[in-house]
Amino acid sequence: MKLINEEIVAKRMPTRLAINSILKGVFFLATIFGLLVLGVLLYRIFTQGFGNLDLSFFQNFASRKPEEAGVKAAFIGTIWLMATVAPISLFLGVGTAIYLEEYARKNRFTIFIQVNISNLAGVPSIVFGLLGLTIFVRALALDRSVLAAALTMSLLILPVIIVASQEAIRSVPKEMREASYGLGATKWQTIIKVVLPAAIPGILTGGILALSRAIGETAPLVVLGIPMFIAFLPRTVFDTFTVLPMQIYNWTSRPQEEFQHVAAAGIIVLLVLLIIMNSIAVFIRNKFQKRY
Amino acid sequence: MLLALPCLGWKGVFILELGNAEKNSVQRMIMEKKQQRKNGFSFEKIVPGLLLLTAIISVLTTLGIVFTLIFETVTFFTEIPLKEFLTDKKWYPFSKTEASFGILPLIMGTLKVTGIAALVAVPIGLASAIYLSEYASDKARRMIKPILEVLAGIPTIVYGFFALTFVTPVLQKIVPSLEIFNALSPGIVIGIMITPMIASLSEDAMSSVPNSIREGAFALGATKFETAIKVILPAALSGILASIVLALSRAIGETMIVSVAGGSTPNMDMDVTTSIQTMTAYIVQVSTGDAGYGTTIYYSIYAVGMTLFVFTLLMNLLAQFISLRFREEY
Repeated sequence: MKLINEEIVAKRMPTRLAINSILKGVFFLATIFGLLVLGVLLYRIFTQGFGNLDLSFFQNFASRKPEEAGVKAAFIGTIWLMATVAPISLFLGVGTAIYLEEYARKNRFTIFIQVNISNLAGVPSIVFGLLGLTIFVRALALDRSVLAAALTMSLLILPVIIVASQEAIRSVPKEMREASYGLGATKWQTIIKVVLPAAIPGILTGGILALSRAIGETAPLVVLGIPMFIAFLPRTVFDTFTVLPMQIYNWTSRPQEEFQHVAAAGIIVLLVLLIIMNSIAVFIRNKFQKRY
Repeated sequence: MLLALPCLGWKGVFILELGNAEKNSVQRMIMEKKQQRKNGFSFEKIVPGLLLLTAIISVLTTLGIVFTLIFETVTFFTEIPLKEFLTDKKWYPFSKTEASFGILPLIMGTLKVTGIAALVAVPIGLASAIYLSEYASDKARRMIKPILEVLAGIPTIVYGFFALTFVTPVLQKIVPSLEIFNALSPGIVIGIMITPMIASLSEDAMSSVPNSIREGAFALGATKFETAIKVILPAALSGILASIVLALSRAIGETMIVSVAGGSTPNMDMDVTTSIQTMTAYIVQVSTGDAGYGTTIYYSIYAVGMTLFVFTLLMNLLAQFISLRFREEY
């Protein structure tokens, strides 16, 4: 008995093969589409903004006249924000990760913290802005300061740092811990002298990537009421300030065409900053990450 | 001596031997350290507590979000009845004479943009996931995936600028009636933004389908396309659906793209060529405006934020439910 009618199979084969190769092309185009958009986006922004990029762009404050507008306040403000967010978020994130990986027993409370962290990662950034507005700006009366913004941003990127640090700590093999205990080290000595040094490249890579998300975020800062037009620099973390994304948002929403070129120049500065940070992260990952 | 030894145990033996050994022997150092630790202030014991405190911060953040939203939203509902908020079809908060707070137009705006984003991101994201997991060589995959990650890491304000200054003018050439602020352009750009997320997560789901299943299909004479669509796609369906739900939840919460390119006209119609307002864009509009602290408008951003939070939370829970409930075990 013949179960397969070879005639029909042979007849359909060319069509089936044709469909296969056509759709392979379609799938490939879909994959390339993202790269294409990225190319167009970068080309547009660089051709629009490159003319405005000169030394005075970094030396001038924001201005009503597009030819005089600069990113001095925003650029310095972004550096301030980075310098404040980094220690806060790394301290909280790495501390949580050490607790969860090294100390916590596998009970309901630990699972609850873990589920809570993954749900926190899915909360829209603008909702963190509402939290910051109520708690930091109003209740703690920090006003529109660097510190209020930094605390809000730290909470926003905390889940990312915790997860990255947890993975880094988990990838340190058990044998290294046991060898350390075997030499008479206590648990904390083992963590601080064996586990953390081995996990630092992973933690730093994740931390820098999270930090680059923080300096690209706009929405929470808009809700906090961070000003978009100031002509002075912060002296302490309690002073008000502005950052690059806010400045870009301000320039983008102006009707004059010239300001769009200024906005594009601001975007170039922001993107270059992000590229530098990402390169450092990739460099650390490739150079220092050991495989056990 | 014979009586003393058993009760001193090993320590006794050590101490006895220490008397004979040199002054700085290792055993003595260990003993000294142990004594110090027992007597002195122990860092060792308070560390777990301190670390637990940092872990509690993340729980406090969630509680803070929930309580802040509930607290301020309740104040809002003492001024505007809940029924009006949920059923009224007009959102005119700034009107002096006939202020009206019905959230439906804002939800409509959000859904329009998210729908367009889904129409862009789901087909393109799935197609790239199929290409990356079924067709691409290892080398090509290693080259393409980082570039997709770059696309996902671009700040949203940059996408907003791109939508307003490039995508809208290009679309206006195709659809002349398109307004400067519309739902179409930010929808498409948000779609582009979430495509890498769908592609990457779906690719993970498809790659985790074991090779034996693929080879079984090939052995029956299926082409690569037939294997991908009829075997791999159904097997990885839970992961794929979860990735789509997660990506759409990102789209709902997206703020800057719609604020820059979507406009600020809340309306209920299905037209995608006119100006709209999403929930997130409304919060931005109030925050950049000069509504004073304590006014109804001020509290309304919390009510809108609460609605947004509930939407995204439900979608995130749905994604978790899908990936747990319908996971195929191999």
